[in-house]
Amino acid sequence: MERLILKVTTKILFAPIILFALYVQFHGDYGPGGGFQAGVIFAVAFILHAFCFGLEETKKAAPQKALIVAMVLGLMFYAGTGVATMLLGANFLGYDAIDPASTHHAGQHYGILLVEWGVGMTVASTMLTIFYHFTGREPDIDQEDW
Amino acid sequence: MIIASQLAVLPVITPLVLAPITLLLPKGRASWAWATLVSWLTFAACIFVLKTVAETGLISYYLGDWAPPLGIEYRIDLANALVLFLVSGIAAVVFPFAYRSVELEVDERQTPYFYGALLICLTGLLGVTITGDAFNVFVFLEISSLSTYALIAMGARRDRRALTAAFNYLVMGTIGATFYVIGIGLLYQATGTLNMADLHDRLVGQDNRMVQAGFAFILVGVGLKLAMFPLHLWLPNAYAYAPSAVTAFLAATATKVAVYVLIRFFYSIFGFDFAFMGAAFTYVLLPLGLAGMFVASLVAVFQEDVKRMLAYSSVAQIGYMLLGLSFASAAGLTATLIHIFNHALMKGALFMAVACVVFRCGSHSIHAFAGLSKRMPYTTWAFILSGLSLIGVPLTVGFISKWYLLEAAFGAGHWYAGFLIVASSLIALVYIGRIAEVMLLREPASDGKYVIAAKDAPLSMLIPMWALVAANIYFGVRTELTAGLAERAAAALMTFAGGGS
Repeated sequence: MERLILKVTTKILFAPIILFALYVQFHGDYGPGGGFQAGVIFAVAFILHAFCFGLEETKKAAPQKALIVAMVLGLMFYAGTGVATMLLGANFLGYDAIDPASTHHAGQHYGILLVEWGVGMTVASTMLTIFYHFTGREPDIDQEDW
Repeated sequence: MIIASQLAVLPVITPLVLAPITLLLPKGRASWAWATLVSWLTFAACIFVLKTVAETGLISYYLGDWAPPLGIEYRIDLANALVLFLVSGIAAVVFPFAYRSVELEVDERQTPYFYGALLICLTGLLGVTITGDAFNVFVFLEISSLSTYALIAMGARRDRRALTAAFNYLVMGTIGATFYVIGIGLLYQATGTLNMADLHDRLVGQDNRMVQAGFAFILVGVGLKLAMFPLHLWLPNAYAYAPSAVTAFLAATATKVAVYVLIRFFYSIFGFDFAFMGAAFTYVLLPLGLAGMFVASLVAVFQEDVKRMLAYSSVAQIGYMLLGLSFASAAGLTATLIHIFNHALMKGALFMAVACVVFRCGSHSIHAFAGLSKRMPYTTWAFILSGLSLIGVPLTVGFISKWYLLEAAFGAGHWYAGFLIVASSLIALVYIGRIAEVMLLREPASDGKYVIAAKDAPLSMLIPMWALVAANIYFGVRTELTAGLAERAAAALMTFAGGGS
C-alpha cells in the first residue's frame, strides 16, 4: 500500500471534520459560526479526501450531479422558509410566524436553523463544485487555439 | 389577500425562488421555457407594483418583519416602480427571444446554467431597484454583477475574447463595488444607519470630510458600474463578446439600474442641503456627461464591429442621463428618468436586431450587414426604426427624451448644453446612417468571408424584437406612462431632496 499513513490519517480525520462542521452549523445561533463556515468545513473533509485518494474516488462519494441538486435544495430551503412564513401570514422571512404562540420567539430560532441549514448545503456543494472544476480542469489552451 | 400584502417583495422573490429550479431541468428547451415563464410572472408582479404605486403611493415592506432602520426595508415609490417595470419588461421580451440565439451561441450543456444565471441577474437588478437599504443595494449589485460576469464569459464558445472581456469587467466591477462599500462604510461611520430614509434624516447638516469622502467613493463606485465616461473601459468589450441575447438584456437594464442608484443617492439620501453635491454636479457630472456624449459618439463612428459601435453609443447615451442629472432641476431629473426608460427600449431593440444578424450571418462585423435589406427586411427595418429612435426623430421615444432634455437644459440656463445635445445627436445620425447605408444600398460581400443570409430571422426572434420596436413608437406617441409618471416621480424626489422645482 502506497502512502499508508496518509490514507489512514485521512480516514481518521474525515468523520471528526464532518462532526465539527455540524457543530459549527448548529452552534451558529448562539455564537460564532453558521451555515457559511460550516459549509466550508464540510467541503474541506471531501477536499482532503480528494487530495489523498484522488479526484475520481471523491467523485464517486460525492458525484457532481448530486452536488448540483444539493446546491439547488439548499437555496430552496432558504427561500422556501421565507415563502412558508409568507403563507403563514407574516412577511418574507418573518420567522415569528412559525411559532406564533411562543412567548420567547421560538419561531426565530427554528427559522434561522432552517435557513442556515440551506446556506450550509449550498456553500458546501458549491465549494466542492469549484474544487472539482479547478482540479479537473483540462490542460492549458495552446497558443494557437486562441 | 396574501398577494396584496406581500406585493412589494414579489418582484424579487419570484425569480430568486424559481431560478434554481432551472438547473434541475433538462438542457435546452425545458430550461428555457421555465425561465421564460418565470420572467413573465416577474413582469406581471412588477406591473401590479407599478399600478399600486401609481394609484396609492409609496409601498413600504419590512423584510422578516424587522422594522427599519434596523431591518431591511423595501421601499417603492414611483421612480423605482418605473425602473422595476422597465427591467422586468425587458426581461420578459429577451427571454423568449433568447432561445434560438442561445441555441447557436452557447454550448447546449450550459443552457440550464445560462438561463439560471440570467434569472439571478434579473433578481439582482430588481433587488437593487426595490430596496430601501443602502447595504442591501450592494448585496444585490453583487448578485447581478457576479452572474453577469459568468454570462459574458459564456460568449467564449464563439469568441474566446469573451473570457478576457469578462475578466476585465470582473476587475473593474469589483473595484466599483469596493468603492461603493467604502462609501457606505464612511456614511455608516458618520450616521450609524444604513436605511436610506434614516440616512437622509441623519445626514442633515453634516458636511464634513467623512461624508464628502463617502459621497465621492459612492459616485466613483457607481460610476464604474454605470460606465460613466471615462470609467467605461470595461463596457465595449463586455457588450461585444457576450452572447447576443445577454448583450440585449444588459444594455437595456444593467447600466440603467446603476443610474437609478445614483439618482436614489443624490435625491433620497444626500439632498440639496449637502452643498458638496452641487459642486459634484457642476464640476464632475456636467463635464463628464458632455465629454461622454461626444467622445464615445465619435469613437462609435469609427467602429467596424456593430456591437462595439452600439456599446460606445450606450456610453454616449449615459452621458445624456448624467447631463440631465447635473442640471439639479425637476425638469432635468424627469429627462433622465425618461431617458433611462426610452434608451432601454431603443438599445434593447438595436442589440436584438444585431442578434438576428449574428444568427443568420454568424458575424457582427459591419461587412456582414451588407445588402441585408433584401434578405432580412424585417430585421433591417427593426434596426433602422430603433436607430431613428436613438437619433431622436419625432414620433419615436428618442425624440421625447431629447425634447425633455433640451427643455431642461434651457430651463437650467445651460443653453450651450442644448446645442451640444443636438450636435451629438447628429453624430448618432452618422453612425446609424452608416449601418443603414450598408444594409440598404451595398451589395452583399461576395468574397465568401461572411455568410449571406438565406432568409430572415425566425419568428421567435422577430416577434419580441418588433414588440420592442413597437414600444419605441407607442411610447413616442403616447407619453402618459413614461413622461407622466417620470414627472410625478421627479417632483416627489425633488420635494424630498429639498430642491426647488
